[in-house]
Amino acid sequence: MKDSKKVIQKATIQMLWAYLNKYHIFIVISLLAAVITVASTLYVPVLVGNAIDYIIGAGNVHFTKIMSILIQVAVMIGITGLFQWIMNICNNKITYHITRDIRSEAIEKIERLPLKYIDGHSHGDIVSRVIADVDQLADGLLMGFTQFFTGVITILGTLGFMFSINVYIALLVVLLTPISLLVARFIATHTYSMFKQHSEIRGEQTALINEMIGGQKVVKAFGYEQEALKRFDSINKRLQESSLKAIFYSSLTNPGTRFVNSLVYAGVAILGAIVAVFGNLSVGQLSCFLSYANQYTKPFNEISGVFTELQNALACASRIFELIEEEPQQPEAENAIILSDTEGNVELQNVYFSYRPEQPLIEDFNLEVQGGQRVAIVGPTGCGKTTIINLLMRFYEINSGAIKVDGKNITDLTRGSLRKSYGMVLQDTWLKSGTIRENITLGKPDATEEEIIKAAKAAHSYDFIKRLSHGFDTYITEEGGGLSQGQKQLLCITRVMLCLPPMLILDEATSSIDTRTELKIQSAFAKMMEGRTSFIVAHRLSTIQSADIILVMKDGKIIEQGDHKTLLEKNGFYAQLYKSQFAA
Amino acid sequence: MKKVFKYLRDYKKESILAPLLKMLEALFELFVPLVVANIIDQGIGGQNIPYIIRMCLLMILLAVIGLAFSIIAQYFASKAAVGTASSLRSSLFSHIQSLSYTEMDTVGSSTLITRMTSDINQIQNGINLFLRLFMRSPFIVFGAMIMAFTIDKKAALIFMVTIPLLSLVVFGIMLITKPIYQKIQGGLDKILRLTRENLTGVRVIRAFHKEAEELRNFKEANENLTNLQKFAGRFSGLMNPITYIIINSAIIVLIWQGAARVNSGDLTQGQVVALYNYMSQILVELIKLANLIVSLTKALACAKRVGDIFEIKSSMEEGNTAAQDKQEYVVEFCKVSLKYANAGEESLTDISFRARRGETIGIIGGTGSGKTSLINLIPRFYDATSGEVRIDGRNVKDYSFAALNHKISVVPQMAQLFQGSIRDNLRIGNRDASEETLLQALEVSQAMEFVASREEGLNAPIEQGGKNLSGGQKQRLTIARALVKGADILILDDSASALDYATDAKLRKAIRELKPAPTVFIVSQRASTIMYADQIIVLENGKVAGIGKHEELLAACDIYQEIYYSQFEKEA
Repeated sequence: MKDSKKVIQKATIQMLWAYLNKYHIFIVISLLAAVITVASTLYVPVLVGNAIDYIIGAGNVHFTKIMSILIQVAVMIGITGLFQWIMNICNNKITYHITRDIRSEAIEKIERLPLKYIDGHSHGDIVSRVIADVDQLADGLLMGFTQFFTGVITILGTLGFMFSINVYIALLVVLLTPISLLVARFIATHTYSMFKQHSEIRGEQTALINEMIGGQKVVKAFGYEQEALKRFDSINKRLQESSLKAIFYSSLTNPGTRFVNSLVYAGVAILGAIVAVFGNLSVGQLSCFLSYANQYTKPFNEISGVFTELQNALACASRIFELIEEEPQQPEAENAIILSDTEGNVELQNVYFSYRPEQPLIEDFNLEVQGGQRVAIVGPTGCGKTTIINLLMRFYEINSGAIKVDGKNITDLTRGSLRKSYGMVLQDTWLKSGTIRENITLGKPDATEEEIIKAAKAAHSYDFIKRLSHGFDTYITEEGGGLSQGQKQLLCITRVMLCLPPMLILDEATSSIDTRTELKIQSAFAKMMEGRTSFIVAHRLSTIQSADIILVMKDGKIIEQGDHKTLLEKNGFYAQLYKSQFAA
Repeated sequence: MKKVFKYLRDYKKESILAPLLKMLEALFELFVPLVVANIIDQGIGGQNIPYIIRMCLLMILLAVIGLAFSIIAQYFASKAAVGTASSLRSSLFSHIQSLSYTEMDTVGSSTLITRMTSDINQIQNGINLFLRLFMRSPFIVFGAMIMAFTIDKKAALIFMVTIPLLSLVVFGIMLITKPIYQKIQGGLDKILRLTRENLTGVRVIRAFHKEAEELRNFKEANENLTNLQKFAGRFSGLMNPITYIIINSAIIVLIWQGAARVNSGDLTQGQVVALYNYMSQILVELIKLANLIVSLTKALACAKRVGDIFEIKSSMEEGNTAAQDKQEYVVEFCKVSLKYANAGEESLTDISFRARRGETIGIIGGTGSGKTSLINLIPRFYDATSGEVRIDGRNVKDYSFAALNHKISVVPQMAQLFQGSIRDNLRIGNRDASEETLLQALEVSQAMEFVASREEGLNAPIEQGGKNLSGGQKQRLTIARALVKGADILILDDSASALDYATDAKLRKAIRELKPAPTVFIVSQRASTIMYADQIIVLENGKVAGIGKHEELLAACDIYQEIYYSQFEKEA
């Protein structure tokens, strides 16, 4: 278990390194700048110490010496400032460019992922990988660069300087400082379980808040307010207790490490002063040591913080890399044919398909549709009518058999040309944020104004679009804010009316439109379907009755197939379904 | 805003003691350079080793006292912060519960959830940090300056110049970068939106073969964000170098001037070291202060947002009539009109009808014709803008919320269930319902079969949002839930849409046979669902287009005819 975790971590670091490698020049510059910055930062206290040593007492001050030292200090701080700035700029560039690269890679992968993956994973989770995890990774990287490297170099540099001035005092510092690390570690391990409990209770509370406030209308309709408050308060009380514990104990880290630092400081003072009494250390050197004692402990505290941050960043990186490494959809053959001017002959031969291997769904399915024929797919809600659409559009790959359009296997065609040959209106109306015009012209970006208006009139969306504040240029948001479900569906129909591809897929295309408007659209639909092969998922009897082929589905399987008359004569599931429509 | 800080007042003792103790801790820290100065001047200068040891022990003592104060301060600060956040959360929750549908619609539940969770957490962090650091950091900065004054007035003047200069740089950079960071947030939001769109709209994007274009859009937004981040980084990257240069320049001046003062006998060597130490302390604290102010402005913004929610008052006043004798006409609408807040047009106009006890009222009409608006007025989810809605002869506004609630059971359009067992969910409107009542309700709502098929039966768990149930199962359970509540008036708002025709028919038959028979309102798009009702109200654009029985309407009401024939062909 632990080993596999290590393997993953190693793989993650390797991948991260591949991204970093692109910017290796900046990394080298950043590291060099860090070394220079730290060295000069450390050298300044030495110089100041020397200067102090020339300030001995009244009438005993070497102004010329001090002056020359102070000029050196001025040069040093100039250098430090400059290189610190260069380092910051480099670090920013590295981190922000890497986040950009990772995000681009992620979205490219999303465009090429099979729908199976996208349907099977929570969208919120994928979004949080691309946004929040990458952000966290950037924070970790930035902190790693700015604090980890400078921290390590500072520690090494300080040690060098200290040992060069006085070995014994240096040893004292080296021996005492790790105590602060131990203190921090001790507190962190002991508060871990508190934080875990704390976040569990918080999760519980968030779930309740989501439910009760999300479902507030139900809460009010059933007079459940008091009960809800009672449940909330009981969790809230537990949360208060556990937060107090977690927050208080973890907040001890700072005073704890600060205390250890004070001890180190006092230790240096006592030892240094005694050594100084015997003349083996100047006052200036002592002041330099004291300032080092402070500088030496600070990176220790920071590094322990950076470690947890880096761990966190690596965890985030592995989540985002998991997405990037995901198997993309089957690549297109190099000589894939571009489908054009389709006759609309669709053929399914011995098709086997299932979402999960252990649950066979479609078995040995055969269907032959001539150009211009109408296929109706019927069955109770949730019976898997959408599956057929997924296969026709090649959103999912079939397990075996073949689907052919005009005699060509769809796996030999480019996906783009296959899909563009279908006009699709789904029950789930999706609009992108943008203007109404952008949404309508999705399939035909160069449509003229007349064409757009003509399509809108045919889909009966023209009236309501005209009444919107900016007509076709009204901006709508992702959720189609302000538009009703029915209006959104009308827009989706307009979209297809505009580009009129040779084949149609209508998945309950009018489910949210009231029956009277639907009746009006029907004529437009009928005109549109003329001469076009169409696959229609529908409830309406008239649509079904006039279809050339009816596929009856139940529990994901096609159980009957034929036209209205033959199916009624068969007196099977379809006949039963048909009769129930008229039962009061 | 005030409301938010009211809760901090319950922790008066803690909120005063925490910063006070922190200040004391800082005070002890400020003594350290003085002690070091003494060690140098008297210990080393006077070759006095016992004095040096005494002074170092004093330093350790100062550290111990500082630690003790600090721990107590941390405790008080955590207690005040956590306690305040807790009370705030509880009272905000109960405030939200008191809001009416109108306010819920305007604010939106996702906003309320964010206020309850992340905003209050930010406030908690803000209070905690504020109590711990807000007194400490300025205290050390100014304390160091004052200490410098006690050592040497002339040298202290350098502090007087350096501190304002440093503050100017630190806060100036913060001020410049703040609007850029806001833009960065905007850029990040855009990337988030595009990512989500590419997932939710994957079918449409691929169907229209728009992958390349979407990719281009994303990369453009991504590049913009990166440029903004680098731009902001250029400024904030200046912070450290500039403050470093300022402090060290001050140190150069300090040493030079110190040298002169020592030469003239006004200052000792140890005192120069002390002044040097104070200068270093200031830098550290100033950076901390800047970080603190960033978190504090965030917390204050959150506090304001939470405060705004408290400002929202329910637009509904509660009546005081407890119960009312049953009347023949259970529900009456007299010239009722309804205009939603912020809406341009009326959603219902001049609606009048009467429903007798035990009748079934069907409501039908096109999308957006006002069906749901109409039935939402009965349980007073919204108040009529004009006209009167009466229940048992009294205006609904006269009843107490509890009394009104008791009379009406609603099955809303959206089937929403809560996490818990099936039993918990059914009992939501009637905590003491007997096992028999529950089973009977399941029977009527046609849910018995699938509940019984579960191993745990009524104890079967329902996941959050009812994720482990199908749409039809959820709808049947929401119907059962309303039946368990067992009120005089039962409202079904298009709540059988996910059921197939046969189950729908069985459900309606079972409801008709309920004893005692409730007055039932059924909203539907399907003519077959309402055609056997005692009265059918046909709505069109918020107005009544016809009221009557099926045959009457079919003969006289154009709109009803259109609806009916769009679903049943003429010969059928």
